[in-house]
Amino acid sequence: MTPDPPPPTGEPPPAAAGDQPRYRLRLFVSGVTPRSTLAIANIKAIGDRYLHGRYDLEVIDAFQHPDLLHVQQVIVLPTLIRLLPLPVRRLVGDMSDHTSVLLGLELVADEPDAATTQGRPR
Amino acid sequence: MSSPPEAFAAFPPGLPKCATGIRGLDAITNGGLPRFRPTLVCGGAGTGKTLLAMEFLVRGIREHNENGVFICFEERSTDLAQNCASLGFDLPALIADRKLVIDTVVIDAEQVTETGAYNLDGLFLRLDADIAAVGATRIVLDSIEALFATLSRHQTLRWELRRLFARLKDKGITTIVTGEQGNGTLTRHGLEEYVSDCVLLLDQRVINNIATRRLRIIKYRGSTHGSNEYPFLIGGHGLTVLPITDSDLQYTTSRDIISTGIPRLDAMFSRQGCFRGGTLLVTGTTGTGKTSLAAHFAEAACRRGERCLYFAFEESPDQIERNMQSIGIDLGCWVAKGLLRFAAARPASFGLEVHLSVMLGLTDAFAPQIVILDSVSALESAGTLLDSRFMLMRMVDVLKSRQITLFLTSLTSAALPAEQSEVGISSLVDTWLVLRNLEQAGERTRALYIVKSRGLRHSNQARELLLTDHGADLVEVVVGPDGKILTGSARTAQELLDHAAAARLQQDAAGRQAALLRKQKIMEARIAEMQAEFAAEAEATGMALAQLASATSDLLTGRGLLARQREEPGGAPVPDAARTTE
Repeated sequence: MTPDPPPPTGEPPPAAAGDQPRYRLRLFVSGVTPRSTLAIANIKAIGDRYLHGRYDLEVIDAFQHPDLLHVQQVIVLPTLIRLLPLPVRRLVGDMSDHTSVLLGLELVADEPDAATTQGRPR
Repeated sequence: MSSPPEAFAAFPPGLPKCATGIRGLDAITNGGLPRFRPTLVCGGAGTGKTLLAMEFLVRGIREHNENGVFICFEERSTDLAQNCASLGFDLPALIADRKLVIDTVVIDAEQVTETGAYNLDGLFLRLDADIAAVGATRIVLDSIEALFATLSRHQTLRWELRRLFARLKDKGITTIVTGEQGNGTLTRHGLEEYVSDCVLLLDQRVINNIATRRLRIIKYRGSTHGSNEYPFLIGGHGLTVLPITDSDLQYTTSRDIISTGIPRLDAMFSRQGCFRGGTLLVTGTTGTGKTSLAAHFAEAACRRGERCLYFAFEESPDQIERNMQSIGIDLGCWVAKGLLRFAAARPASFGLEVHLSVMLGLTDAFAPQIVILDSVSALESAGTLLDSRFMLMRMVDVLKSRQITLFLTSLTSAALPAEQSEVGISSLVDTWLVLRNLEQAGERTRALYIVKSRGLRHSNQARELLLTDHGADLVEVVVGPDGKILTGSARTAQELLDHAAAARLQQDAAGRQAALLRKQKIMEARIAEMQAEFAAEAEATGMALAQLASATSDLLTGRGLLARQREEPGGAPVPDAARTTE
């Protein structure tokens, strides 16, 4: 649960992924709690399904890096920040409401049926 | 800074208190805010919540060595520093000294989408870091209600706030939470439900177009507190709450006597003047010479080398100077010498609390021995009558505690007797002079009475106040034949009458004396005449007697001759009867 540096090798740089932009996501969680785990699982599932791996997820444990909370103005946990593509978007909660997550990440246009297929809260 | 006044000391110290250091607030909260507990400061926009909270931290650092954390949810920290600089709080310096942390929480920097359950651990962690950074024991959350505007899960937020306050309590931190006043509720989102130990309500009300700030303690669990609405002001040194009970009537008083500047007025007091550090009140209807008396008082102080601060609420200083020159008082030269200072302001230009703060500030700066307020009735237009009384009471208390003599003038309504219309402040003053217009015989004149003078015997007689080229003077009034006091030309006329009467009496006496003398002379003449008559008679009688005597002796002599002639032949005496028949 340390801030992962941008994915090392093997993956193409964000700009190189054809017409589709590469997503850069940063998730703040509060330690190893069920809610943290749930949030990570949810965002990974959405990323795999709707972004097909076109994303880099950085998970930060707020307890380990409280200074980053100031920098990123995070007060709610979990908080997911979409750093790229711009503009920056901010999502809070455990990501179990997939419809909202897709809306927040502006992914609905890609998969119109996304909300109906998987968009049920926990 | 300030300890609770004596009056409150009787209550047992139950709850541990955290002194705010805000002037007046610690007095009405009986020592400060509840320590280790949250206090809610609520009120409408612009009522001074943020400044109160910030002063709580700054005073804590300066006066109690308690460091603080200020979490702002609304204002940028740079704006906050600027706003507080006007109160004399140098926030950047405190931050540089690692005594204060200002942490701005931006919660709506980007659009926020809620995707499920969450908590405020991020905020808690930030708070922990801030508190640890300076070892803070005081914290301000201004205003945490902003969270409700951004986050929709209010139930979660309420729960999290409960948890937050419990955590702060456990950490031994005294907290101020601010909240905007809602429609019919103390705060928009019911913060008062979680912060129930102490609730302060700030309020700004406009009465007669003048805004007055007020503070009220809505509740204070486990502590006695003042229950009134207290006016407060935001001045150059922070907030000042004006509790009426702040004075404990413990000041020492002076026994020195100072002159009023009018010798004959001084003479009306048993000790030729009034007490230094006292409060003098001059009341009177318009045009009775109140300002003239004030100018005399000021001039007398300056002549003694004392400093005098003159608050003019009705006239400009220049106008007062000009007008007083007409009665021979040159105030301008004392201003030039730096002994006299005018401070003029329209009463309605700002609220009473600002007036008070300005007056106290100037008093601090100028350090006068005499303060003149001309006039207090003008101040009443800057607030309600009651408020102005409280303000005046506060002013009197402050000046008395510093032994500064206060000279008040007050305009009374002509309709009411002077003694009634000033009931409110007369109990505050030590010496009360009443000026009254007397109207008689088509003429207005001024009469002066001393209504009271604490600690000094005084003349009970009215005097007529004359405003001459050489200043004000008092003359004895004349009582007319019907018992009315006469002033002005009536007095002069009566004096003439009296003169004439005296002259008549004098003439009368002289006449009688002359008559007596004449009588005496007549008597003496008669005596002389009678004596002459007597003498003449006596002479005549004497002569007659002498003739008689000589005749008798002749007769006897004749008889003797006869007898001797008869005795020569016979020798026997002849009886007288026989002799006469012979």
